[in-house]
Amino acid sequence: MPPGAPAAMGHSLKLEAITHRFGEFVAVRDIDLDIAAGELVALLGPSGCGKSTLLRIVSGFLAQSAGRVLFDGEPVDHLPPNRRGVGIVFQNYALFPHMTVAENVAYGLHARGTPRQAVRARVDEMLELVHMSALADRLPRQLSGGQQQRIALARCLAVQPKILLLDEPFGALDKNLRLDMQIEVKRLQRASGVTAIMVTHDQEEALSMADRIAVMNHGVIEQVSPPTEVYDRPSSLFVSQFVGTTNVLPGRVATCDGARADVTLADGTRIACEATVRAAVGEDVLVSVRPERLALRGAPGDGAIPATVKVVLPLGPVVVYEAETQAGQPMKISAPREGGARLLEPGARVYVAPAAPDAARLFRPAASRAGSSGTRAAS
Amino acid sequence: MAARAAAGGREWRLALPLAAFFLAFFVAPLGVLVAWSFYDSAELRALTLAQYARFLGDRFTLGILWDTLTLGAKATLVCLVFGYPLAWLALRLPPRWQAALVFLVILPILTSVVVRTFAWIVMLGSQGVINQALAAIGLVDRPLRLLYTEVGVVMVLAQVQMPLMVLPIMATLARVDPNLSDASSSLGAGAWRTFWKVTVPLSLPGVVAGCILVYAACVTAFVTQTLIGGARLIYMPLYIYQQATGANNWPFAAAMSVVFMIAVLAVVYLLNLVGRAARGAYA
Repeated sequence: MPPGAPAAMGHSLKLEAITHRFGEFVAVRDIDLDIAAGELVALLGPSGCGKSTLLRIVSGFLAQSAGRVLFDGEPVDHLPPNRRGVGIVFQNYALFPHMTVAENVAYGLHARGTPRQAVRARVDEMLELVHMSALADRLPRQLSGGQQQRIALARCLAVQPKILLLDEPFGALDKNLRLDMQIEVKRLQRASGVTAIMVTHDQEEALSMADRIAVMNHGVIEQVSPPTEVYDRPSSLFVSQFVGTTNVLPGRVATCDGARADVTLADGTRIACEATVRAAVGEDVLVSVRPERLALRGAPGDGAIPATVKVVLPLGPVVVYEAETQAGQPMKISAPREGGARLLEPGARVYVAPAAPDAARLFRPAASRAGSSGTRAAS
Repeated sequence: MAARAAAGGREWRLALPLAAFFLAFFVAPLGVLVAWSFYDSAELRALTLAQYARFLGDRFTLGILWDTLTLGAKATLVCLVFGYPLAWLALRLPPRWQAALVFLVILPILTSVVVRTFAWIVMLGSQGVINQALAAIGLVDRPLRLLYTEVGVVMVLAQVQMPLMVLPIMATLARVDPNLSDASSSLGAGAWRTFWKVTVPLSLPGVVAGCILVYAACVTAFVTQTLIGGARLIYMPLYIYQQATGANNWPFAAAMSVVFMIAVLAVVYLLNLVGRAARGAYA
């Protein structure tokens, strides 16, 4: 690909039935994932969920035990990392400490035997793109974290990788800088049209940046959906708890007609739920409701749970109440805080009800997953 | 920094015992040595530069100094050529094998220098293990001369001083971020390019430290030089010893010691400059 070509069309990535074992431990199990050209997908999960293993498999540093990796429909499993065309931005940036900014950006171009003149032009172009032209002769240790990240991105994008992998890219940045860099990375990814995978354990990062989020747990993908979908319609209890916060209330199925179910909670109130699984009447289940999808009422009503306010947390735009039901079940409710409106006091009697018919979702309690026990590999 | 200020700047007193020891048993004898080198004869009557003039005007003694300095350079080079791959390999072994390899490397330091040197004499002799092995596989017709040759001395010095090379290189290589070689690879560089452009430059401080240690140890290795080199190969330490105790010419021995010391320090200083330049790029 000649440098200076118009933003290359991205390349598609397909993972087919990827499984990887470290000895007895199954790090990733039967992963299928299709990523369209130019898409940014976040692999989101707790440490040890297998997301970093998956990243190493895509980049070619780890040969999977089973399954195939395809770029544009072509298997790439036989290609070593240096011939796979996968660019990686590491969490610690991994800039070469003994080279200047310009030398770092030029490194991959030299490795590909790009002519000297073309290297210089491309380096200038990339430094321009990340607004770092003035610092071309600095050493990495003379740069701030955000600047180092820009250079790491420029170094990667200079060689026009087919796939860009971002490994916990914002983990080392302080909170204020993080949002700026998220916008910056998103801009560069869009501008270059490169297909990107971002590995993160930070749900906000995934929600704000990704076109789609793949939520991983214990080596499997639990859900792949656009951010709002993952948040509003989590497909498993794990997803509902890992992405955002939620109240998980134990109960027993009273009626179930497939898509909808009524669940009797511990204190005897009934709550109407979306059923993600077909539950039998009388089965013990868990109901998940996000704090902002609960409403507080002053008077008892249909399906409202009587509770007592215990803690009041005014968090600026919203106020979070922690209340306790008569059965001793703690619940978090968040409400928009209107200017001048009085907050409830601890000890206030309230009635808590789902704000909408689809606010509460029913899940089966997580059964212990066969084969996922034992020590977890570091992610 | 803050801690130093808080303690009122009095911790330097902790260094007093060592400083006193150093002064009494290193600086003072060194002063005596330098003083003696300016006397005209063993009777210590008149101050003169005659001993230095004699050393620097004598091709034989200058030859010995040159042989000693190049011996150190050759042994250091051999240590580097064998030690760097060893250090690189050790870090890629599983921990148990790594421990075993490091133990093997430091084994020479744990054995008595005399025992170790006599073992080498047995190995290097014309009927020794090495020659018998070479003859058995048909590589040589007549035994190679190894004992009492410079090749033999370099071999033995390189083996004995190997840990001084391997350990500092291992220490710096272990500190190199493994992500750097992954980054290099993902940018399209092959294994050799990564090694020469990333690994070697970043391990240079360890290489320089190892070279300084090995060099200083090799040029002053009296026992090895003398027993393996034999009577016909004379290096500075033996020559100084002969002049001091055999010829009883203490002023000349002292002058030789001073010149030798300055020469070795100059080499070490040059190596240090290389190390400083390498470190300066990425402290």
